[in-house]
Amino acid sequence: MKRRNFFTDFASNASRPAASGGPGYYTNAVLRTQDNKEVRFYDDLIKGKHVVINFMYANCEKACPAITSNMLKVQRELKGRVGKDIFFYSITLKPEEDDPAALKEYAEMHGVKSGWTFLTGDPHDLTTIRFRIGRWNHPGFDLNVTQHTSMLRVINDSINRWTGCSALASIETIKQVITWADPMKPLEERIRENARIQARIDKMDILPTWLGSLGSDS
Amino acid sequence: MPKKRKKEQEGSKETPQTTRRDVLKMGVVAGGVTLLTSNKAFKTHDVYAQTVTGGSFVPPEPVVCSIDDFAGSPPTRPFRQQLPIPSVLQSTSLNPAPTRTAHTSAGEAPRAAHQRWSEFLPVKQYALHAKPALHRFHPDLPQSYVWAFNGEVQGPTLINNYGNPVIVRFFNDLPVNHTLGFGIPEMTIHLHNGHTPSESDGFAGDFFGPQLWKDNHYPNVLAGYDTFPTTKGDQREAQYSYWYHDHRAMFTAANTYLGLAGMYLLFDKKDSGNENDTTPGALRLPSGYGVFDIPLEFADKLICPDGTLLADPSGFIFQGDKWCINGAIQPFMPVKRRKYRFRMLNTGPERTRIHKLTGGYNFKVIATDGNLLQNPITVSQITHSVAERYDVIIDFKNARIGDKIYLLDINPDDDPQFVGFPSPTPLPSGVAIEQVNMRFDVVGDATDNSQVPSTLTSYPSTNTQIAAVKTWEFTRVDDDPNGFNFQINGLTFDANRSDHCVEKGTAEIWKLRNLVPASDWTHPVHIHFEEFRILERNGAPPPPLETGRKDVIRLPPGDEIVLFMRFREFLGRYLIHCHNMNHEDAFMMTRWDIVDTVARTPGKKEVVG
Repeated sequence: MKRRNFFTDFASNASRPAASGGPGYYTNAVLRTQDNKEVRFYDDLIKGKHVVINFMYANCEKACPAITSNMLKVQRELKGRVGKDIFFYSITLKPEEDDPAALKEYAEMHGVKSGWTFLTGDPHDLTTIRFRIGRWNHPGFDLNVTQHTSMLRVINDSINRWTGCSALASIETIKQVITWADPMKPLEERIRENARIQARIDKMDILPTWLGSLGSDS
Repeated sequence: MPKKRKKEQEGSKETPQTTRRDVLKMGVVAGGVTLLTSNKAFKTHDVYAQTVTGGSFVPPEPVVCSIDDFAGSPPTRPFRQQLPIPSVLQSTSLNPAPTRTAHTSAGEAPRAAHQRWSEFLPVKQYALHAKPALHRFHPDLPQSYVWAFNGEVQGPTLINNYGNPVIVRFFNDLPVNHTLGFGIPEMTIHLHNGHTPSESDGFAGDFFGPQLWKDNHYPNVLAGYDTFPTTKGDQREAQYSYWYHDHRAMFTAANTYLGLAGMYLLFDKKDSGNENDTTPGALRLPSGYGVFDIPLEFADKLICPDGTLLADPSGFIFQGDKWCINGAIQPFMPVKRRKYRFRMLNTGPERTRIHKLTGGYNFKVIATDGNLLQNPITVSQITHSVAERYDVIIDFKNARIGDKIYLLDINPDDDPQFVGFPSPTPLPSGVAIEQVNMRFDVVGDATDNSQVPSTLTSYPSTNTQIAAVKTWEFTRVDDDPNGFNFQINGLTFDANRSDHCVEKGTAEIWKLRNLVPASDWTHPVHIHFEEFRILERNGAPPPPLETGRKDVIRLPPGDEIVLFMRFREFLGRYLIHCHNMNHEDAFMMTRWDIVDTVARTPGKKEVVG
């Protein structure tokens, strides 16, 4: 039997970006947001979008609050992009406990801003999604839900690029890892940026204070 | 991806655990796993069959086959192609001419000014274009879409002499619109392990995008140049076999897997590349690039039915079931009855190889990571981690014409090769075709004026003042909320954070530890800039093949290694990282800096963590 048959695949792949795995890969499972709105995972949340996904549960006291607070800082650092061309999703690891109301309470408690959606759904679907976008570790390890709380997965479906890192990495690192999934900017723009970076390098006379990453524009 | 249960390969009797390949075949169902049993018919089709290659043709990006449906690469007949020899890159005249400071308005990536530029003015200029190309890994397969330097897999070899500084202009001609699903069209090229100023070292954060270029300045000077002004360094610091590859943070495995790697060789009066050299002191090792001095660049791939290379969307590169040398799957090489020098390089991204020869042949190892051993060491097998180089002599003089000698990889722990055909020539008993990397065919005789002196070099003293002791712990803590990451000293890579400063001109002791019980990986640790000496492995002197100068060291779980390090001539940002490229991409990498002065607390020697 083909593995694909196990997945909740409602839509055809016809409208997905050419190289994306589409609903056949990501699934089109129906999830619920903290506002109790129904959304399809690929069509409504992934397709053509640049998204940042993490896993959490409302009662998680170990790492989740630190991660949520980190992500809030990253959202600020992305200066208005979140909700516009980048979307944050937090998917519960414990759908049995986390109904939309519980997630809403969690989001409000942490002062989550717009552009950041909390999601719950059928446990089978969520496990499938977790495996699909996790892709990091050993199956035995992946089955342990508590191991997933610090993983950030970044997907830009429009260019079929994934990045990812620990949600507890530095704000600057997380921000960079998210922007590494941006489409390439036009050459003229990159040359102008490089001239600005070069001007900063030229002002530095002590080598170790060079920029850490030339891709950084902070 | 699966963790390795045991990474100490030799003599282990444990049952093999889940391999990456098993996982590849696993369909995952909520809360459990099921094996994919569908046996795919290997009907290949060549999507590029009708395209004209050559000229300015740029192949479009293919669509990678579904990893769910992938059971294995297509079968390929063994020994259907002769071992290719990567071309030698010819020097050129760059326009615009290279300059000390970055020429950003002409499209050069930003960088600090070249250090000691006027002192080491380049005498040769080279151009390497990283670009999409088509490459056929085997005559039975369609062409594969690759990213390759000047379109060649493996990349062209650069050959130069010590004392001749060069500039290599790396052009990024990778596609702006990249939707392949792995890799990124940005690059920063590292010359492993050049004595290279930081701005040309391919620091992981110094990547640049398509349509831009960057000049890397390689002074080709001995480490310790400044200490011996009359001789321009201590000849015993010479390193001969290098390689260059992309080092882009988070994408090193994928970009290198796509093909961005090649070799770089240096010669000097001692290792002069001329076995007929009558100059006193010349070693007269087997010589002639591609004749009796042969690069063997190992790689492994997963190949879709249409020839497209397969990788995971996360950028994690699985171990491949097609084993390549110099870009060819299971090649053969005609050899004469004489001595050969083989420069073996493991280009990764992950596989550890254990080389062994059939017919009772041995490897006479003359250099580890490009550094001559004091005396050659004869071994029957070599454990070869990613990025290590082993220069070995194989002597076919006692062979009979018609003999076939097979180069095997007998590592039982890494994922197997898939061949799908029996060997056309009989294999020695106990040898499976799946273990065979290549075949040597003894075809005739040739004059052999080469020699392998019993003393090749001596080692510079390590008896010097130690400025500091620094410990690097390689960890992967499974029960830590942050734990799925590969870490060094509990941290992941941040290009903006330097975890250690060393003072130029000093020596330090560096301890590498892999002590966390949950960590069951062996990490091949690479330190940029200068080769180290291994003073101790677990409190004892190192084993024979670790007695020389090296730049990659295997760090199995539970081990502690004590290294002698020096930092001379140049300043700036350098890296220490696990050279399992999947691990370095998961940020098991740390920046450290060489600076003019380090403020030290008197009496405080130990710097831990």
